[in-house]
Amino acid sequence: MAGRLVFNFVVFPGLLFTLTMGILASWVVRKVSALVQWRVGPPLLQPVYDVVKLFGKENIIPKESMEWSYILVPLMGPAGLLLASIILIKANYPGVSFIGDIIVVLYLLVLPAFSLILGGMSSGNVLSTIGSTRELRLMLSYEMPLLLAVTTAIVKTNGVFKLTEFTLRPLVTSISGVFVFLVALLCIQAELKFIPFDTPEAETEIMGGPLIEYSGPLLALFKISHLMALLVLPLFLVTVFLGGFSTGWGALWGALKYVLVLVAIILIKNTNPRLRSDQALHFFWYGVAPIALFSLILAILGNYLGLAWL
Amino acid sequence: MNWRTWGITKSPWLYHVNTGSCNNCDIEIVDCLAPKFDVERFGIKLVGSPRHADVLTVTGPVTRKSKPRFERILEASSKPFIVAAVGTCACSKGIFHDAYNCIGPVRKIVNETSDDLMVINIPGCPPRPEAIIEGLETGLAQLKEVNRPRTKVRGL
Repeated sequence: MAGRLVFNFVVFPGLLFTLTMGILASWVVRKVSALVQWRVGPPLLQPVYDVVKLFGKENIIPKESMEWSYILVPLMGPAGLLLASIILIKANYPGVSFIGDIIVVLYLLVLPAFSLILGGMSSGNVLSTIGSTRELRLMLSYEMPLLLAVTTAIVKTNGVFKLTEFTLRPLVTSISGVFVFLVALLCIQAELKFIPFDTPEAETEIMGGPLIEYSGPLLALFKISHLMALLVLPLFLVTVFLGGFSTGWGALWGALKYVLVLVAIILIKNTNPRLRSDQALHFFWYGVAPIALFSLILAILGNYLGLAWL
Repeated sequence: MNWRTWGITKSPWLYHVNTGSCNNCDIEIVDCLAPKFDVERFGIKLVGSPRHADVLTVTGPVTRKSKPRFERILEASSKPFIVAAVGTCACSKGIFHDAYNCIGPVRKIVNETSDDLMVINIPGCPPRPEAIIEGLETGLAQLKEVNRPRTKVRGL
């Protein structure tokens, strides 16, 4: 039992699997971006080189920083994403889940953003503090549409708070499901801090934002957190909105759905300019949230009238 | 070559320092990062903070005013890293050889600060992007083994 638990955490749905898939996903992001710009792009193992190099570098703790939070906060992101990844994959493949796991996953997905905010705040640098406040503002803007979208998904399953329930019937087979999927796709874009929502890490304005003071192994932990997020967040979309994956041919079909979501994110990233903080807030609250609210009402109506396609 | 050196040769991240250059070499460095030359093939990336940097690309003859700033950047960067002097001014002060306000070249200032830092000279006025890429690659190939850097508590 204990051995199985360790295997789950360290090897299959856990650390090793998530990291490997995250590295592949990160390479896909960089390679597709390169192809869009008519370049060759980096070699397959480039994300590994980056992380290995960072682990070999000097670890500087700045004079003005709050030492303990500066050191401990980078661990939050990988830890939260690891747990979220295990819950998501377990809900899909052996079909194990518990009541309320969707809420647990939503909370765990907030942790990487929080680790960035706290890390930036404790570095004692002006630019990192600006980056942290921007990150906080971005979180404020994308969390509401995302929660509305997930609420719609819960309404569609007649109020069952279980991930296995979402995978039974793909949500995008209904009208409200299509709208809500697009809303959630944009929220995931912001959660990954990809262009057009990369104000917190805007390299041309605030030089990497909250990460500006981090160096060496601590920076590598943030990079690992981003690698894992590249697997976990699209997987969250696939599980909740696109019907997840199963064994055999289902695994291949699930992988295809995952790659489609990833490529959609990359193409949005490569064809848009950066939005200002206030523009992003305006976009999410007045542009995206009403669509999510509309589809929530549509879903409730569909439940009331007994129309599954609404 | 141990794994630390190998890591740096595989993903050198650039940080760009201007010590009073005329902007010609700076533009050429930015050119070098454009899609045409595709330096991401070698893992080269421009970063915004000296804390993340593996290569400091320095342009300009070090002026009297920029020397303290340059020394602070050298102090703030996380070791191991190398310095690449880009352009004739950075390599040998060029036409500013006898100028009263230039106290370069870069190699001299770096050696004053620490003696174990590697300095690559990439001459040219300005050097072509191909020359910058070739200089970085040949320089990184000669990087000596680096020891385990110690955690610098309460750095600059």
